[in-house]
Amino acid sequence: MRHGKYPFIIGFLAVPVALYATFVVAAYIQTFQLSVASWSGFGPIKYVGFDNFVKLWNDDLFWKSLRHNGYLLLLLPIVTIALGLLFAFLLNVGGGSKGGMTRGVWGSKVYRVIFFFPQLMALAIVAVIFGRVFASDKSGMINGLLPDSWAPWLFLADERWALTCILVVLVWQAVGFYVVLFSAGMGSIEHEIYEAAALDGATRVTLFFRITLPLLWGTIQTAWVYLGIAAFDAFALINIMTVDRGGPDGATSVLAMMIYRNTFEYSQVGYASALGVVLFFLTLTFAALTLRVTRRDAV
Amino acid sequence: MSDITNSELDRRTLLRRAAAVGLAATPAVGMLSACVGGGDEDTTEQATGTKSADNPLGIDPKAPIEIVIFDGGLGTKYATDVDTPIYNKKWPESKVAYSATQEISTTVQPRLNAGDAPDMINNSGAKMMDFGAIVAAGQAQDLTELYAAASFDIPGKTVAETLVPGTAEWGSYNGKPYALNYSYTVFGMWYNATLFEKNGWTPPATWADFITLCDKIQAAGIVPFGYAGANAAYYMVRALLTSAGKIGTEQVLKDIDNLKPGAWTNPAVLEAAKAWAEVGKKYLDKSFLGLKHTEVQLQQNQDKVAFYPCGSWLENEQAKDTPPTFKYAVAPYPSVTASDKLPATAMNAAAGEIYFASSKGKNPRGGMEYLRVMLSKEAATEFTRLTKSLTVVLGAADGVELSPGLSSANEALNKAGKDVFMGYLFDTWYKKLGDESLSAVNDLMFKGGDAQKFCDRMEAASQALAKDSSVQKQTRS
Repeated sequence: MRHGKYPFIIGFLAVPVALYATFVVAAYIQTFQLSVASWSGFGPIKYVGFDNFVKLWNDDLFWKSLRHNGYLLLLLPIVTIALGLLFAFLLNVGGGSKGGMTRGVWGSKVYRVIFFFPQLMALAIVAVIFGRVFASDKSGMINGLLPDSWAPWLFLADERWALTCILVVLVWQAVGFYVVLFSAGMGSIEHEIYEAAALDGATRVTLFFRITLPLLWGTIQTAWVYLGIAAFDAFALINIMTVDRGGPDGATSVLAMMIYRNTFEYSQVGYASALGVVLFFLTLTFAALTLRVTRRDAV
Repeated sequence: MSDITNSELDRRTLLRRAAAVGLAATPAVGMLSACVGGGDEDTTEQATGTKSADNPLGIDPKAPIEIVIFDGGLGTKYATDVDTPIYNKKWPESKVAYSATQEISTTVQPRLNAGDAPDMINNSGAKMMDFGAIVAAGQAQDLTELYAAASFDIPGKTVAETLVPGTAEWGSYNGKPYALNYSYTVFGMWYNATLFEKNGWTPPATWADFITLCDKIQAAGIVPFGYAGANAAYYMVRALLTSAGKIGTEQVLKDIDNLKPGAWTNPAVLEAAKAWAEVGKKYLDKSFLGLKHTEVQLQQNQDKVAFYPCGSWLENEQAKDTPPTFKYAVAPYPSVTASDKLPATAMNAAAGEIYFASSKGKNPRGGMEYLRVMLSKEAATEFTRLTKSLTVVLGAADGVELSPGLSSANEALNKAGKDVFMGYLFDTWYKKLGDESLSAVNDLMFKGGDAQKFCDRMEAASQALAKDSSVQKQTRS
């Protein structure tokens, strides 16, 4: 079976790797090149050394954006994974065991489809819809449901809550995928283990913490890295949903938003590339750290 | 366990490895690659012909041209149904390739960098390109020749002589005209004339009148003044700076444009900010910060908002949502103090909507010729008819039956007489500073209204920009 494995793999990988090299690796190399330059996006490129990074260090908005990315990085994976695990557990094991088979809560097949819906929608559409849900006047879905005598909640127009609104949408969109991912993981856990535990008198909570969670650790770890990287992005939602794109007054600004504005609106491509380089290293560090910290011996 | 775990490269490991490389996401960075490569000095062969009285710009009658129009509030009909036919009537052998887009920078900027520039470009909309950067990179054609050429259909006059004075200067960068600002926009407070008539309200001339009227309007259950904070704060910046201009003349705004130290902390700006902050505090609906311009404009159409600061494109933009009883009218911003240097009737009206010929395209002369066609009286008249906006071509609106809003704007302009001023350019020249003004004005109007803080914040941003050597500076006088 092992014979001829490499030509086979190479045959499959050649095209994706070529595309990847052109559109990702080459782009990154250019980003590094431009990050030490002053370039408006038109005309000749002038090299200025580390000026862009010095400017970055002194830019309040940069630190603010970094904090916002940090906030998303902390909460998005935790909330999404917790919800994803809970739902996946309920869908697969939560109904208890009957006739020797563990099963999900009643109607779990329908829920499974519903949970996955948000994943099918384009992010731009999700952003527009939630823009209406969170609208700051009575025309908004949530404000429309509140009693007329209440002052409308400002949601995205309130700098204290704007970023949380974005977080809610990110979680809503992501959770379905992780329910499916965790369901698949749970499906590969042997039924005998659950059965044996149930015979020993384990409750559902014990089943979850003593069996499901440890056996799913690898999948959770992967989910964590993915969600973390998503938390470094969040560009589309913020661009479409927020006040003044990143506002009010920078309250929802993130690195990706800054990169976009500096490139396409302020003609500061060099500065934007420096931001891109920072983002690159942050993402890399995060992924490496996550994999290291969460490493466990195989069960 | 299952045989998945026996494979050398199981799914989880693969995912983990892919993630570990860290390149799986961060798409924003990848986009940058689209722009790299602008450093090449391209020498495209450019079409020219012989200059004559009939062909003052010396175009090659057979060379095709390519135009790109912004598909926004003005529509595209004026280009496809008016300008191009007039152009082709004169130059039947020059084929006009036309396209329209809402995303000018996304479509056109990479082409400028790649040396494949369209010949005439309408640089407009939320995704307009930074025109200062285009000029600095030598991508825009110097329009001096165009303004000096004979008018397309007004005999005996040069193009410049047929335009509102100041048009060429308005599109000038360091003394040379590069942009044609084609439409002529009147700014002020827009209201529903029918509603005001019914309630016996008259547009105020002094700030005290304005406050009294706002109280009355509020008592009637209508929001007296509103603008959309989410994406239209620049209307409010214009209102505030127009007031500042009326207090201390246009010089205040010129200083702002020239990044002069102390320009934003000028007493005129502070006075205007204080006056507007009071309006924000007392009369503005706080939920408007989260709304988009169309939502507030719709509320005005439903008579839920009385005054809305905007330009004269408003009537056309709202055409399909305006009920028949709603008649747009515009009032100048009231005098802030008794000692304002300009009278209460003074108006801010500016040439806007940039059209330019690209200097590095295949046919820059053809691009200029297309602009000359647009500046013909015939084309300008049709433009006004189709888009309900005025143009910089003098007298082109004569004989056109104007809509209520536009005739109100015309009337206000006549009342203002010589006290019409073009305003400011800092937000076009330095987009970052413009964006800062949006955040600052939202803060002023929606969050407590500290006028001194507004001035200090803008002053700091302006001075930081003045010291930033990576930004090409512009000046005006």
